[in-house]
Order: sequence, then structure tokens, then C-alpha cells
Amino acid sequence: MEFFRIKKDIPFMRHALVFNIISLITFVLAVFFLATRGLHLSVEFTGGTLVEVTYTEAPQLEPIRSALATSGYPDAQVQNFGSARDVLIRLPNRDDLDTAKMSERTMATLQSVGATPELRRVEFVGPQVGKELASDGAMALLLVIFGIVVYLAVRFEWRFAVSAIIANLHDVVIILGFFAFFQWEFSLPVLAAVLAVLGYSVNESVVVFDRVRETFKKKRGLTTPEVLDHAITSTISRTVITHGSTQMMVLAMLLFGGETLHYFAMALTIGILFGIYSSVLVASPLVMWLGVSREQFMKPKKEKEEAVV
Amino acid sequence: MNRYPLWKNILIGLVLILGLIYTLPNFYGEVPAVQVSSGKATLKLDASLNGTIEQTLRDAGIEHTGLFIDVNSIRVRVANTDVQLRAKDVIEKRLNPDPRDPSYVVALNLLSASPNWLTAIHALPMYLGLDLRGGVHFLLQVDMPGAITKRLDATAADLRTLLRDKNVRHAGITREGNNVVLRFRDAEQREAARRAVAGSTADLQLADRDDSADDLRLVATLSQAAQKNIRDFAIKQNITTLHNRINELGVAEPVIQQQGVDRIVVQLPGVQDVAKAKDILGRTATLEVRLVDETPGALEGALAGSVPLGTEIYNERGGSPILVRNQVVLTGDRLTDAQPGFDGQTHEPAVHLTLDAAGSRIFRDVTRENVGKRMAILLIEKGKGEVVTAPVIRTEIGGGRVQISGRMTTQEASDVALLLRAGSLAAPMEIIEERTVGPSLGAENIAKGFHSTLWGFVAIAIFMSVYYMLFGLVSVIALAANLLLLVALLSLLQATLTLPGIAAMALTLGMAIDANVLINERIREELRNGVSPQAAIHAGYERAFDTILDSNITTLIAGIALLVFGSGPVRGFAVVHCLGILTSMFSAILISRMLVNIIYGRRRKLESVSIGQIWKPGN
Repeated sequence: MEFFRIKKDIPFMRHALVFNIISLITFVLAVFFLATRGLHLSVEFTGGTLVEVTYTEAPQLEPIRSALATSGYPDAQVQNFGSARDVLIRLPNRDDLDTAKMSERTMATLQSVGATPELRRVEFVGPQVGKELASDGAMALLLVIFGIVVYLAVRFEWRFAVSAIIANLHDVVIILGFFAFFQWEFSLPVLAAVLAVLGYSVNESVVVFDRVRETFKKKRGLTTPEVLDHAITSTISRTVITHGSTQMMVLAMLLFGGETLHYFAMALTIGILFGIYSSVLVASPLVMWLGVSREQFMKPKKEKEEAVV
Repeated sequence: MNRYPLWKNILIGLVLILGLIYTLPNFYGEVPAVQVSSGKATLKLDASLNGTIEQTLRDAGIEHTGLFIDVNSIRVRVANTDVQLRAKDVIEKRLNPDPRDPSYVVALNLLSASPNWLTAIHALPMYLGLDLRGGVHFLLQVDMPGAITKRLDATAADLRTLLRDKNVRHAGITREGNNVVLRFRDAEQREAARRAVAGSTADLQLADRDDSADDLRLVATLSQAAQKNIRDFAIKQNITTLHNRINELGVAEPVIQQQGVDRIVVQLPGVQDVAKAKDILGRTATLEVRLVDETPGALEGALAGSVPLGTEIYNERGGSPILVRNQVVLTGDRLTDAQPGFDGQTHEPAVHLTLDAAGSRIFRDVTRENVGKRMAILLIEKGKGEVVTAPVIRTEIGGGRVQISGRMTTQEASDVALLLRAGSLAAPMEIIEERTVGPSLGAENIAKGFHSTLWGFVAIAIFMSVYYMLFGLVSVIALAANLLLLVALLSLLQATLTLPGIAAMALTLGMAIDANVLINERIREELRNGVSPQAAIHAGYERAFDTILDSNITTLIAGIALLVFGSGPVRGFAVVHCLGILTSMFSAILISRMLVNIIYGRRRKLESVSIGQIWKPGN
């Protein structure tokens, strides 16, 4: 079997401008939604208490809400989680409440309403922890960007490093844009997924750049766009198959992983899809416009030859 | 050309066998067990206890399937949960004759059912996180500013005593924020005070501040080193105290660790009663110093039932009852430190206590008036007291430095010091994070994680085998080896596996196939260009290597960033992700190459390889 039967190099670079405009539009939309709607941050970042319980029979949510309101939590959010029998209660942190006792009081309130539910999960995050997690997340992102730029600059060329990181940050922003648009819950595992995707998509750019370097060295007489076209065309089969395989795994998580892994897998799915697009069709034009050329790869070799002569 | 030297094949084989051995324990499941650990800081587990437990079980007619000893606990493996409960009861009765004052923690636990030889080489199943096995996780914040303030208040009192003893006249000593301010009327007295303070302690840094001609001040601040000591001491003492308290919960494998400078993580697997756990964590214990009633006949009378007015009976550590006066001479609030050491003259092991200024004064007065009598040091917790030690007062003791010695081994001295320190919390603590996971959710999470990985793997395996034929199969075997090595590594390191960790495992497998896709595509490409099969295999692996290395390093950079800055679920993800990248490099390149070499490497004339259809332009 061979999916890709390509006779000639596909002239990707001819449409570079189109690709970049598409990118720009998605990017601007993502930023717009991030700015207007904001992320629906999980309790880990905002601080607060989350109680998940399961009943033997589907309970009415309204009595639970009113019971919580009368026992001092008018701002409690009560909703079903996964199935009608599972109930998720979110309580924001408030200065006037003893936060450490919130989970017990919630359970006591639930028991007073009707059937005693089984406690599945409690998460309480104090206000200072939430802030730290948010800043740690930002630091991790910066470290990833810095690490990747330095590595690519050393291993390839600064032009590659810059375009790879721009292309992939644009992925990150787009993932966040999706989360903002649909108001999906942004939790710590999702953050992990976003950063993993960042590393993974840079992967993609690296594979293409590797080919670019090789083509520059091996084939003389090609213009820079032709070199890029050749590199992309000869790696496209691998790109699609690899991402397809990874997506199969992610799909399995989406199908079998349950609620906890749902948004994690969702972030990965978006990341993988946009990762293909951006690392191939955004990074490469950027490299071209930053002025990559054969000389940047040939210099060391020439010196060597002279030395031999 | 496509052959590995023998050593390389053997090496890869060995790695795989090791991987298999260390993965094995995960397949055996768990059996019920009873775990015995020490319930008191002064009590160490030893080999004799081992015999006692075995004897107890034999007497009760209970069979066990293995008895394991490590530094902190003795574990007895039994056949089923009924036997487990019976075994727990008989051991509990035998080891803790007085249920109100347990010496040992006897808890129910689960142990790996793997054969003993695996356990002997430390091949253990993966260590499951709380989200997979159920339990409670707390993050406690120690109030360090509170600890420092407490010390500064004590310092202010110490300085007052010091200056009075040295006859230095001052116009007031107060704590202002994080400083202790000493006021003087003239520079001469200030100079004298400076000398006195500098001579008595190295913890304080002194600076002059003149607000007006007749308001001269000496501002004392704690040196950085002293502040660090206070913080270290506070967190250590709090951890020790937590240990003692959690022992009462009978948790099999509690985790109590320092996190960062001023935080403590407490993890209690299997505990569902959060309210009780919180209650126990938040409780305070107190230390008291009282005098012993040594009136002849009083103790005998008390034991017979008529306790003299104003006294109480307590048990001394080691057993014998002792009659103690109700009046409290000193409480633990006055104790600033307790350290094990040696007696200056007799070189016997001793415990050195440091009291604050007020405590020192009281202690001096009491000891002066009671030379030759006995003094009891009690630890009171949950309204239940125990006499830690009851030494005889030999001389008047001033200066706030008290030494307890006599009939102690070095070990006992350090244990008593620990216990005295552990009696109360050095600084208040607050719960800033809590996670509770019920056992049913834990089991469900394992099943979900397992199914995701399994079905994802099956899908990839089918696709790869169909698309790349034999080379695809080789890739799948390499991927399976990757999973094997990853699980082995996680088992070996006993890294905590969480649900995000399982997700990372699945994701890493999904990403790891990239290396084999790169290699296989390269080989196809070489074949397409008309290179001979052997040369194509060689070139495919050689050329793909650089790309694989580069792409894995960028992924690893992201993984490491997560590891450095991640906490909780993110860290669980990052650990598995990073390890997975390393194992995937090994398996995707070396193992798959070895298999290909074994299949094709020895054939001289290789016409074609099974890598699926190669489509050539122009066909």
C-alpha cells in the first residue's frame, strides 16, 4: 500500500501567501475569543473546592442547589458530570469561609437533602496555590520556547528556530482559542497536553527542516522555494502517517478515557491537526521570507575542501 | 553490512529480559496483607518482633504466604481478606496489650502477589498514585512568618534577662515587625549592651539607630542563617509531629514529605474518612514539666485506689507507674529546642533542652527549691499523658539549658529529643490543597487509562502491519518493547503512576511510532530511487537517525520543562513522557534494527524486502 503517489514536487511555496493569510485569520480569531470570552479555568487555577459524588439513582439538582444556598454557599455551581447519576459541585474560595472545612460541610449538606451519595473526588485548592500553578505554567511555556529556539539555532540556523517557534506558538494560541470559544475547561492536564503538543509539532518542523538542509547540500541549481517544495513533498507521506498514528492513540483516549482525559485528548487532537498544517505550511514560508539560502549550509564544507587542497 | 555484532545483540537481549523481569510484578495483582510498623518514635522494629508475629499467627492457626521486613515495617501476606482481618486482630492483641496506648500500628494493606524471588530483586509493581488507588492528599503550608515572630518574642524576653544579669540599663525592649528594638538613654549603655548581646548569641545582627539624642536604639535582627535554622527546624518538627499523628490512623503507606521551603505534602492512600484525617492533622500535643510526689507510701496508696489530693498517676515510659503532682511547672511553649548529645562530664548520652527566658527563670527557681527530688516530663496528647522521663534534680539549673541524662543509650537520647520536639507543632499549619479520590473512581481510572492505551495500540499495530507489511510488524514489536521497557522503568524507579501518567504513556507510544515511520519511509524512498534492498535498509536507518534524534530532543525539552515547573498531575505526566521518549529512542532504533538485521541481514542476495508496495513515478 502506498497512499502518496506524487509524481512531481507539489508547489507549496507558490501558495505561501494564501497559507499565511489563513493562519493569520485563525490566529486573530483565536486571540479575539481569548480576549473576549477568556479561558474557562479549572479549580486548579482559580482556587476553590470541587466535589464529585455519585448517587445510586439520578438526583434532582434543584434541591441540592437550594440546600447549598441555604447552608451558606449561594454561589455553588451544581451540574451533572458524565452521567445523570454523577453530580459535580463547584464552590469558589471566599475569604469569609473556612476553606479547609468546605468539603465536609458540602457532604453534610448533600446528606441532608436526600439519598446519601458516594464521594468520588474532592479537590480543594487554596487561592495562593492557584496563582502559583498559573505562573508555573507560564514559566514552563517560556522554558519550552527558550529551549527549543536555542536547540534549533545551534543544530540548524536561527532562521529555522525562529520560524519553527512562531509556527508552533500559533498552534498553541489556536488551541487556547478553541478552549475559549467552546468554554471547555482548561485544567492542568490540558496545559500538559498543550506543552506536549508544542514539543511534538516542533518535531514536525524539524523533520522538514532536516530535509531542507539535506536538499540544499545535495541538489544544486534549485531555487529556495523549489528546495522547500521538494523537502515538504518528500516528507509529506511520513507526516500524514505519523500524525495519523498519534491521532489513533489520542482518539482511543477520547473514546475510552472518560471525562478526566476528555479535554486532554481534545487539546491534543486540535494540536495535532493544526500541528501538521502550521509546521509544514507556516514554518516553511517563514523560513523562506527570513531569507534562507544555500550558502548558509555550504560554508563549512567549502572551508574543509580548501584545507584539503 | 546489516548485521549487529554479537555483543550488541546480547546487550539488547539483556535489556529486554531485564525489562520483562521488572514488568512481571505488574501482572500478578495484589493480595491482602497485614502491615506492622512502629507507633512510637522511640520504638524500633527488630528481628525479634518478626519471630513474635510468626509465633502469634501460628498459635492462632493462621497461615501466611510470606513475611517481609524492611526498615519501617513488617508485612505479612495472607490468602484472603477474611484471614487478613483475623490476622490483624491477633497481631493487634499480641503487640498492643493496651489498646488505648498502642505501641505498634497494625494496618491492612495490599501487597503484590508476585513470587518472592521477584520481590527479593526489588521487582515491584508500579507505584500507583492516589487518583488510581483512592485516598487523600493534603498540601499543608507552614506559617513561617509566625514561627519567626514567635522566636523574636522569645528573643526579646531573653534579651531582657540577659541585660538584667549584666546590669545594663535599658529603656525598653520590644519586638517591632521583624526586629527587636532595644532603647537606651546613653551611648555607653548601648555599647555595653552590644557587647553583652554579641557575647551571648551569634544569631542576632545589631545595628545602631538614633532617633534623637536621648533616644538611642539598638536594632537586632535575626541573621539569615538563624532564620534559615528556624525555618528548617519548624518544618522538621512539624513533619515529625505529623508522622506521630498519622501513625494513629493506621495508614499502611503514608507519605509525608517536605515540598519547597515551607510546605508539607501528606498522602494517605486508602483513607476515605477525610474529616478524621483532618482532625488528626490539626491536633496539638503539649509538653508539661511537673514535680513527682515522692511521699513514702503515697504511690502504693494510689495504686491501691486512694490517689492523694492534687496528684495523678501516670505510666512512665518503660512501664512503672509514677505519682505526679497536678501543678504544671512548665509547658512545652517554653521549650525552644531539644537536641541529643552527651553529658559534659560523664560522657553519657543525654538530651539537651533549651528553654526561653521566662522558662529559664521558672526552671531555675523550681530546681533550686527541689534539689534531690524528681521531676517528670510529660507528653500530653488527646488528653492522655505519658511520662517521657523523670530524672532526679541534682543541682539548681539556670540559664535555660537543661540536660536530661542517665540510663539512656545514644539511640534513646535522640529518640527522646525527637519526641520532645515532636510534641507540638513549631508553627501553625494550614491546608492549602486537598484531593480526595474514592476507591471506585480510582479503579475506573485504571480501567479507562488501560483501555485507551490498549485500543490505541491495537489500531496502530493493525495499520502499521497492513501499510508496511513485515517492516510494520517489526515496528509494532519495537513499539511493544517500548511499552515493556517503559513499564519496567517505572516499576524499577517506583515513580508514581497517575492517570495523566497513563495518558502520557499512550501519547508517548503514539509519538514513538514516528521514528519507525521515518525509517520505513526512508527505506521506501531509497528503494524507489533504485538502491539495492540491503543498501536501502542501511541508508534508511542511517539517514533517519539524525532526524529522530532532533525531533526527540525537542519533545524532551518540552517534557523537561513540564517536569521542572509542573506539580501534581502535570509532574505525573512529565515523568512518564520523558522516560517514554528515552525508551522509544532505544526501541525504535536499536530493537527494530536488530529484528530487521536478523530477518534480512544474513542474506547475500536479497531481491526484495517486505515493506509494502513501492510506487514509482512513471509506473
